[in-house]
Amino acid sequence: MDATSPRDPLSPPALAVTGLVMRYGEKVAVDGLSLSVRQGVIAAVLGPNGAGKTTTLETCEGYRRPQAGVVRVLGLDPVAERRRLLPRIGVMLQGGGAWSGVRATEMLRHVAGMYTHPLDVGLLVERLGLDSCGRTPYRRLSGGQQQRLGLAMALVGRPELVFVDEPTAGLDPQARRTVWDLLEELRADGVTIVLTTHFMDEAERLADEVFVVDHGRVVAAGSPAALTTAHPAEADQGSLAFRARPGLEIGLLQSALPDVFRVVEDPPGEYAVHGPVGPDTLARVTTWCAQHEVLPQGLHVGRRTLEDVFLELTGRELR
Amino acid sequence: MTGAFAPAPGAAPMHRQVRRHALMETRLLLRNGEQLVLALVIPLVVLFAGVLAAERFDLVAGDAAARLTPGVIALAVMSTAFTSLAIATGFERRYGVIKWLGSSPLPRSGLLLGKTGALLLVEAAQIAVVAGAALALGWRPSAGLGTLLGVALTVLLGTLAFAALGLLMAGTLRAEATLAAANLVFVLLAIGGGVVVAPREYGEFGAVLRLLPSGALHEGLATALGEGSVGWPALAVLLVWAAIGGLLTARTFRWE
Repeated sequence: MDATSPRDPLSPPALAVTGLVMRYGEKVAVDGLSLSVRQGVIAAVLGPNGAGKTTTLETCEGYRRPQAGVVRVLGLDPVAERRRLLPRIGVMLQGGGAWSGVRATEMLRHVAGMYTHPLDVGLLVERLGLDSCGRTPYRRLSGGQQQRLGLAMALVGRPELVFVDEPTAGLDPQARRTVWDLLEELRADGVTIVLTTHFMDEAERLADEVFVVDHGRVVAAGSPAALTTAHPAEADQGSLAFRARPGLEIGLLQSALPDVFRVVEDPPGEYAVHGPVGPDTLARVTTWCAQHEVLPQGLHVGRRTLEDVFLELTGRELR
Repeated sequence: MTGAFAPAPGAAPMHRQVRRHALMETRLLLRNGEQLVLALVIPLVVLFAGVLAAERFDLVAGDAAARLTPGVIALAVMSTAFTSLAIATGFERRYGVIKWLGSSPLPRSGLLLGKTGALLLVEAAQIAVVAGAALALGWRPSAGLGTLLGVALTVLLGTLAFAALGLLMAGTLRAEATLAAANLVFVLLAIGGGVVVAPREYGEFGAVLRLLPSGALHEGLATALGEGSVGWPALAVLLVWAAIGGLLTARTFRWE
């Protein structure tokens, strides 16, 4: 092990992006994005579709030359020092990456052969639950199996840093947990992981650092705990949320509560009471619901989730 | 770090990566049923049907096997270096294989070397099968140093020329379009490109056919196998096509 611990804040970052700008014709995909990821952590890049996540990742992987700004991966320029960098990183693309006729284990053995100290292919296949389909051609694997094979291909060369684009998209709940456990084990063994995801629970559970990206910029960054507690003032006070039929007369509920509370319905059918929620608040809300013959579903009292923060930052409208 | 996943990065030596890549692509080419039909069944059918028809109806003057075999070998080489390669590469782009390989330790040059190696391996197997069948039909080629050198150089340059053109197609069209176009061009060249039947049999048009990669491939093989010498003019034509095709491919190929 090096003299400096990988998690030492003073050791150089595994990934440093400064002022990255990427355009496709007229369209600005990445607009002055900056982020820095310490060694040995899991960093999640969150953002709506088209926010610039994949373009940023592919620039870090050396597929695209930055049009402005500086990208350093493990201290190297991913374009100019590509040949030195590539053996040290693992890349999982969004879908694909294997020949249509290749068998799952055959592909993994092939990739393992490109490296000097690859992981044991059998172990990786077993850990990712691919042993049952090891002889199946790639095109006949399920989406989830293809996804896990893609992850295995990124890991088999024992990289220092892995980029994973939506690692659990299309996976069933069991497979998602398998992948989460594996990523956590990688972190424990000193691998830095940069992932993109649409799943807030995934980021909340896995990530040490979260970067919320929108319109090609980082609009918020920090640990999940910091993001969910720090943002607006009302976050410190908590909230109460429930689902019911749309169109309840929230003015009536508002008047049943002290003035400091604010009741909102957004989107239709989802209600939230913001303010200093206490046991008394809960009693008042449920009493009001009982009087109006409303059964509140998914009643939830507590701090905001990462999803709340994400939606506040990036808006609720579909893109 | 002592864990099972503790980083230990490093690229395998380039020559080992290239060798493994060539063997992998060879296995994948041989595994694909349609491509196997193109690579072996069609040339063998042309050879047997041609020789049998010639003997029965006296269509070809002289030794039918001797006149047909160089063209059938040329057809087999073209099927692999052009059609199979174009189709396989088109679907590699579709499935993101080439893109993913771009993030692996194998450089582009290694990928191209590996692909060329796979083509030459498959072609060696094709030539062995076709030559074996032709020998059984009574073919007796000249077998001197000139023959060996002529066949080796013609197959190598022919492969480079057709591979460059196949990649040009696969690197710019969609996978399905490549599939259709590569087969269509194969059929057109097989019939009218001077591959199977010598360019001189096409009359005045033969002079043009000699300048096509298909006609030149035939000429080079026929000269080597029939006269036991190296067909330098044909090699020059193939070299020019390889250079033009390679240049255009390098400029237009889109990796994803």
